[in-house]
Amino acid sequence: MKLSHFTWRIVGLIVLLGFTAFFFVPVIWVLLATTKTDVQLTSSGPFSLGTLSHFVHAWKALFGFQSDAMVGWLENSAIYSFGGVAIAIIAAIPAGYGLALTQFIGRRTLLAITLVTMIMPATALVLPLFLEMNSVNLTDTPWAVILPFSFFPFGVYLCYIFFSSTIPKDLLSAARVDGCNEWGVFRYVALPLARPVVALVAFFAFVADWNNYYLPFVMIASNSKLPVQVGLEYLISSTEAFNPGNPGTGAQLVQRPELALAILVAIAPVAIVFMFAQRTLVKGMLAGATKE
Amino acid sequence: MTVPPVAAIPGERSRARRGGRSEDGAPIGSSRLSGYVFVSLYVVLLALFGIAPTAYAIYLSLTKVGGGIAWGSNFTRAFQDFRFLPAFEHVAEYLAIWLIAEATLILVLALMLHSLARRTSAAFRFLFYMPGALAGAASVLVWLFMLDPTLSPWHFLLSILGYAQIDLVLQPSHLPLIFAIMAFWTGAGGWIVVMYGALNNIPDELLEAAKLDGANAFQSALRIKLPLIKKWVVYMLILSFAGGTQLFVEPQLVGQATAGLVSNTWSPNQLAYYIAFINDNFNEAAAISVTLLVLGLVGATLLVWRTKLFEIN
Repeated sequence: MKLSHFTWRIVGLIVLLGFTAFFFVPVIWVLLATTKTDVQLTSSGPFSLGTLSHFVHAWKALFGFQSDAMVGWLENSAIYSFGGVAIAIIAAIPAGYGLALTQFIGRRTLLAITLVTMIMPATALVLPLFLEMNSVNLTDTPWAVILPFSFFPFGVYLCYIFFSSTIPKDLLSAARVDGCNEWGVFRYVALPLARPVVALVAFFAFVADWNNYYLPFVMIASNSKLPVQVGLEYLISSTEAFNPGNPGTGAQLVQRPELALAILVAIAPVAIVFMFAQRTLVKGMLAGATKE
Repeated sequence: MTVPPVAAIPGERSRARRGGRSEDGAPIGSSRLSGYVFVSLYVVLLALFGIAPTAYAIYLSLTKVGGGIAWGSNFTRAFQDFRFLPAFEHVAEYLAIWLIAEATLILVLALMLHSLARRTSAAFRFLFYMPGALAGAASVLVWLFMLDPTLSPWHFLLSILGYAQIDLVLQPSHLPLIFAIMAFWTGAGGWIVVMYGALNNIPDELLEAAKLDGANAFQSALRIKLPLIKKWVVYMLILSFAGGTQLFVEPQLVGQATAGLVSNTWSPNQLAYYIAFINDNFNEAAAISVTLLVLGLVGATLLVWRTKLFEIN
């Protein structure tokens, strides 16, 4: 009995280490790849470390690609994501509050629609959205991406849960007794308490917007207005190793270490948010789940 | 690609109920009016970017290119397109693999982590969770490297399987599995965190009682823990199903990197894009979009009304 327990522990440990390798070896490989030359990627071992000078070379080549295209893509991603996140929050906080703590006709319907739209993936709406934007001449402008981003029902649901579970009713009543009107109750009582949920909504909206590929892929035509996720596709099509017979359009060629670096640069903002926000996030995610 | 897994705030139901609404001295009339003001901006966004495009897609799918009612002809034409069935088959295969992997591996991992010491399990959860930062195009690129036998850290595995070149790895019949691996790599960690949270929510007394009654670790996992987190598993599977039908970036980028090895109408969304922009037929494309919307809607409706996971009172 004891032995079998011990054996199971070992099996469990091996499984866990196996999955750790599955999840983390790719990350380590990409980090190492940026320090090597394209030839070294295939000639030296996958876990060998290259040199700093190769990293610097890859950096310069990546950022020099088509006169700073990468910088422009990153800026576009930032504009689209921050724009979308900002409007999403401005809309979601009062909406979540209204759904949780006020009463009006249609409240339950609105909540139900919010839940359904939150669960349904937005991808199937991208083509009609394109026509909609096209009819008001907004395609190939930042608004074509920012405005659809700003509709974020999941954020509204998070705010709704937050307000209905954390703001004591007595507090609101007290404020009303003290002469606050409905707006004052929201502005001076609820809003100052909502800071954690603002961070939570901002995180999920930011990650979803930054990583979104299909919407900007459809909406944006000009190379200079692409976000970095779509820019990555452009880099692939210019990578010599992936297109040996057809080296792009005679444009500059990209080597694989530069592509690896491009991955890291493209996801850096999201990775940083993941790392620094992890504690608050997990706390927020499991707000209702952790034992009290 | 899908909604982030955190709507799964296990245990929120009971808490949300406590909150409730304002029968608390607020004059009903003013509360009602202010309610509308609070939700107004969101309702405008919902109307413009949620409801309007849905209505427009339905309208387009039922009309002809030049105008006039088409009834079901856009749908029949789309369904009869020689690329339509394969595209849905590809996605069905991908979903089968991905959903089975979710229902088994994610649960096993969450149960295993739940049996570890808090700090050790936190470290593992973090390691599993981090690749989530590489969702989207980045994960496709990473796996293009991982699946290239000439430079992959997994080349020993690939060579055991007999693949010496990336073309052999990226055979069409392998693609559903490969996309499922990508989805698992970026998505599993987040779900493991959610399942772990749900497991944490199980009262200690219950597990203690089971132990006293002689249940071993396996029995308590199978008979007590799993039934208690079942609704979150259903939640995860339905969300993944709805999201998985929308596959686009993965086949798109792999196609780009393999110079045409992957069809550019591999998934239904790619096919819709192709028909809209290359064939210039938005009405037929809308028929595919509506089909995808209906699939998503069925999943969403099942989830909201059948599992009673969400608080709408």
